[in-house]
Amino acid sequence: MVGLLIAFPLAGALFLLAFGRRIGEPVAGWIGSATVALSFVVALPMAFGFLGGTGHAEVEEIYSWIPSLGIDFALLWDPLSALMTLVVTGVGTLIHLYSIGYMHGDERFGRFFTYLNLFVASMLILVLGANFAVLFIGWELVGLCSYLLISFWFTRPSAAAAGKKAFVVNRIGDFGFLIGLMIVFATFGTLSYGPVFEEAPQVLVSGGATVTAITLLLLVGAAGKSAQLPLYVWLPDAMEGPTPVSALIHAATMVTAGVYMVARTAPLYELAPVSAGIVATVGALTALLAATIAVAQRDIKRVLAYSTISQLGYMFMAVGAAAYVAGIFHLMTHAFFKALLFLGAGSVIHGMADEQDMFKMGGLRRVMPWTFGTMLVAWLAISGIPPLSGFWSKDEILAVVYGRGGAWVALWAVGIVTAGLTAFYMTRMMVLTFWGEKRWDEGVHPHESPSSMVVPLGILAVASAVGGFINTPWRLGLEHFLEPSFEAISLAHPPEGAVPWVLAIASVAVGALGIALGWRRYHREPVPQERTEAWQTVEAGYRVDDLYGDTLVLPGKALAVISAVVDKRFVDGAVNGVGLVVKKIGAALKPLQTGFARSYGLAVLGGTVGLLIWFLSRGGF
Amino acid sequence: MFPVIAFLVLIPAVAAAVVMVVPRRELVLPIGVALSLLPLGVAGYITWEFQKGEAGFQFAEQVTWYEPWGIGWNVGIDGVSLLLIGLTALLIPISLVASTAITERVKLYVASMLVLETGLLGVFVSLDLLVFFVFFEIVLVPMYLLIGIWGSGNRIYAAVKFFIYTAFGSALLLAGILALGIMAGDQTGSPSFDYETLLTLDISTTAQRWLFLGFALAFAIKVPLFPLHTWLPDAHTEAPTAGSVILAGVLLKLGTYGFIRFNLTLFPQATVDWAPWIAAIAVFGIIYGAVVAIVQPDVKRLVAYSSVSHLGFIVLGIFALTNQGLQGGVIQMVNHGLATGALFLLIGMVYERRHTRQISDFGGLARVMPVYAGFFLFTAFASIGLPGLNGFIGEFKVLLGSYLTLPGHAIVAAFGVVLAAVYLLWAYERMFTGPVDKPENSGLRDLRPREIAVLVPIAALIVFLGVYPKPALERIEPSVLHILERIEATTDYEVPDFGRTLELAEEGDG
Repeated sequence: MVGLLIAFPLAGALFLLAFGRRIGEPVAGWIGSATVALSFVVALPMAFGFLGGTGHAEVEEIYSWIPSLGIDFALLWDPLSALMTLVVTGVGTLIHLYSIGYMHGDERFGRFFTYLNLFVASMLILVLGANFAVLFIGWELVGLCSYLLISFWFTRPSAAAAGKKAFVVNRIGDFGFLIGLMIVFATFGTLSYGPVFEEAPQVLVSGGATVTAITLLLLVGAAGKSAQLPLYVWLPDAMEGPTPVSALIHAATMVTAGVYMVARTAPLYELAPVSAGIVATVGALTALLAATIAVAQRDIKRVLAYSTISQLGYMFMAVGAAAYVAGIFHLMTHAFFKALLFLGAGSVIHGMADEQDMFKMGGLRRVMPWTFGTMLVAWLAISGIPPLSGFWSKDEILAVVYGRGGAWVALWAVGIVTAGLTAFYMTRMMVLTFWGEKRWDEGVHPHESPSSMVVPLGILAVASAVGGFINTPWRLGLEHFLEPSFEAISLAHPPEGAVPWVLAIASVAVGALGIALGWRRYHREPVPQERTEAWQTVEAGYRVDDLYGDTLVLPGKALAVISAVVDKRFVDGAVNGVGLVVKKIGAALKPLQTGFARSYGLAVLGGTVGLLIWFLSRGGF
Repeated sequence: MFPVIAFLVLIPAVAAAVVMVVPRRELVLPIGVALSLLPLGVAGYITWEFQKGEAGFQFAEQVTWYEPWGIGWNVGIDGVSLLLIGLTALLIPISLVASTAITERVKLYVASMLVLETGLLGVFVSLDLLVFFVFFEIVLVPMYLLIGIWGSGNRIYAAVKFFIYTAFGSALLLAGILALGIMAGDQTGSPSFDYETLLTLDISTTAQRWLFLGFALAFAIKVPLFPLHTWLPDAHTEAPTAGSVILAGVLLKLGTYGFIRFNLTLFPQATVDWAPWIAAIAVFGIIYGAVVAIVQPDVKRLVAYSSVSHLGFIVLGIFALTNQGLQGGVIQMVNHGLATGALFLLIGMVYERRHTRQISDFGGLARVMPVYAGFFLFTAFASIGLPGLNGFIGEFKVLLGSYLTLPGHAIVAAFGVVLAAVYLLWAYERMFTGPVDKPENSGLRDLRPREIAVLVPIAALIVFLGVYPKPALERIEPSVLHILERIEATTDYEVPDFGRTLELAEEGDG
């Protein structure tokens, strides 16, 4: 049964690969959407069991994949994978539907849905895998899809370069991930979650070097996929892909894989408090850094890209703090409102004839009322305004982090500052886009998007609005649902008593302050131009890309060039040198080649005698 | 019993003779292809009939030719050689089909390819070391001709370099083989070159070391291991497409096969002593080959250096001396043969259209040749080691397996996976994406059905071995375990026993 969930979109991908071009628009899109929807519809009743408390986790072995590493292609159906499946297929279906409108007229329409379906199948392999190896298949395949979709419009050199950058940076993460897997295998002799997590407390010393190394190396992989410090640099460039791709892969699902992985390997992180602390710290720093960069972006998609990095930072903070449920909760609400924001941005870009510069927008709320209305919900949700979804999940994370006390309070402080920044830059984005005077280029005639695009926006808006109610402090629905997945884990909880109330009021106040400041600064004419050196430095992400270029890429290239020269001049040169010397010796000895049998005979005789003497002197052979 | 191996090895040689007397020029290639399907069929039969639980040599044939020296037709197939035989039998017809661009001396060309096949198959089945050596040397001649006659610009230089370099290694190999034969004479009363007889010899550690070195040098040149690799880029660049395919696909594996078949089993003590050093050279090659590949302006040279890197993984897996590593090494030989073979085929196809291999001469090809671009990218990802495709299986096994005994080596080697993505995807970016900015590229024709037919079998195997490698692995495993058990029995080395499949572990213990 669980295998079917993957089989539907995979079959869709294969079918569209073969026939996508022939059947073309819009049927290819409908088929692509239907396969994902089918998985969602099948998964839904399967997940109900966990809701009623009657369901139990099961491992489904499909076949033996790599014997002698003991790796089966096996799938795990438990509350955590069920929830991830529902998010991936649910949001995935909506984004597929939206893409039918968005990709209208693209000559590779069928191919787009091929990749999109392949992505959903891969993501499901990732979240449903019952061992590290199957996780890794999904992990790499989503990377492949990300590569293919970022560079979907490959005739643009920037798109092609961005796709490659994403894959290579992710591979750097994989380098750490792979070493982590090597240690896991060497320690446990298996890569299956079940035995590894069960035996971990006995086999590993809590807080010891092995488990710390494993978890830190897994973090390297997670930081690559989930765009955390220092490997986040690929995600802003990934915006080169079509906007539905940004929504599905680079906001709602794939980039959350790192968070999912840390949550899945919670039994290991529980034994490695240092690593867990580092996870949370990386998350907090990433959240803050990315939020400041988001403030200075002019491109609407890049605002959302940095916002995604920042929000992923919150999730890392949560799972690092052992608030696994809160982390997954925020993963889910973020999937709703960030997908909505991206799709809304896509709708704007679509209506504005591919304009992405917010300073050339303005006043769009009147011509795009549906896009505006739905994005309004997402804006307030991400800004943490109750009772929208983002408030509940973000607040829970901050409360738990605060409740851990000690140095964690510093992380909480970073989190709350970030919350204010988030409200500020999102307000900036909304005001610049939808309010104020028109700043459109000539010849641009904005219009509302077709219903195939607006309907998914509406559904996501509803989810963003009410999605938070599945886990309120009074009714911890999600926590009970996920409980079986974290049975052996001591989850961190928010403090008791009045403290959470104070924290909640503080975070709402900070959010409101951010909105107010943003409104005041940008809701006026003319809008501030922000062209100073400082703004541009921040807009360029503090020029971290240049830094990496100068300190890593350039020396790397130089090393490659030098190695190639050394290879040619010295390594190969030595070989040719030997050849030359032999040739020279040959030339020098040429006179010996007299052509007279008697001189050869003499040489043979001399040689034989010489050898005989040598043998005899050594006492025979 | 029907001498199926003799049949397998001789068919191509006979076919070569047949081809030489074909009266009509245009029939030469089709007949050659048709005849080369016979060994493929036999190889298929052998793979089908191969008993998967068995460690020993199957289909064994033994005919003594010269009693006093114990030389004879002594052949057999085990899990290590089985898949390499299939790979050889598959790549020869594919390469021939891809050789329509050859218009000069077609008879000699096709005959060379077929003789090459006999040589390669002979190497993989021979259990008599002298006969092995003869086949090992036979291989050089047709390959020398392929490069020297049908190669491009600097072909004579490359051909001579290839020949002299590898022949130099062979001289030491021959000396080693003769020494073993004489030792057999001392210990058993009559000289012998029979592999299984030689396994029973008691060879002192000192002697093992000298002999190990002689064998290893010959094989290291073939692999090739750094710093003995420089003949390879030259040979690849100048060789015709089919030559490159066989060179990378099969010929390099003679070296790695030789390491497993002879060094590990005949000189176990020397192997155990020196394994970390050889593995270190291999790991250096992984990184070095990949780094040098990044900046190659000629795409064929780029793939050639990627071979140096990939073969490093194989050698690392072998000298990790673990079940997983050794299995990974064996399966990776096949995987590399398929993926790199396909890459060379693809490069040949675009070369036939544009007569250049300079990466900078291309750009935007995905627009004019989408099917071609799809195959190229697919193969590149197989080579990068994307899970779900074959390259991953071997690489993953090698890494996990070598970490058990050589963790430092494995960690450095793992960085190779990053570099592979860098050099291949960067090359793809420059050749296939962006605008079509060179007018010469704008009218290029996409793949013809014949070209697709050449690629599809390889692509299918790439997927099959990636998704369901078990049938291959369970044929390899018993022989690999057998080799490791021999090392354990003759030295005080102990193989880490993680992850043996249960049944086999029981057998091994029992």
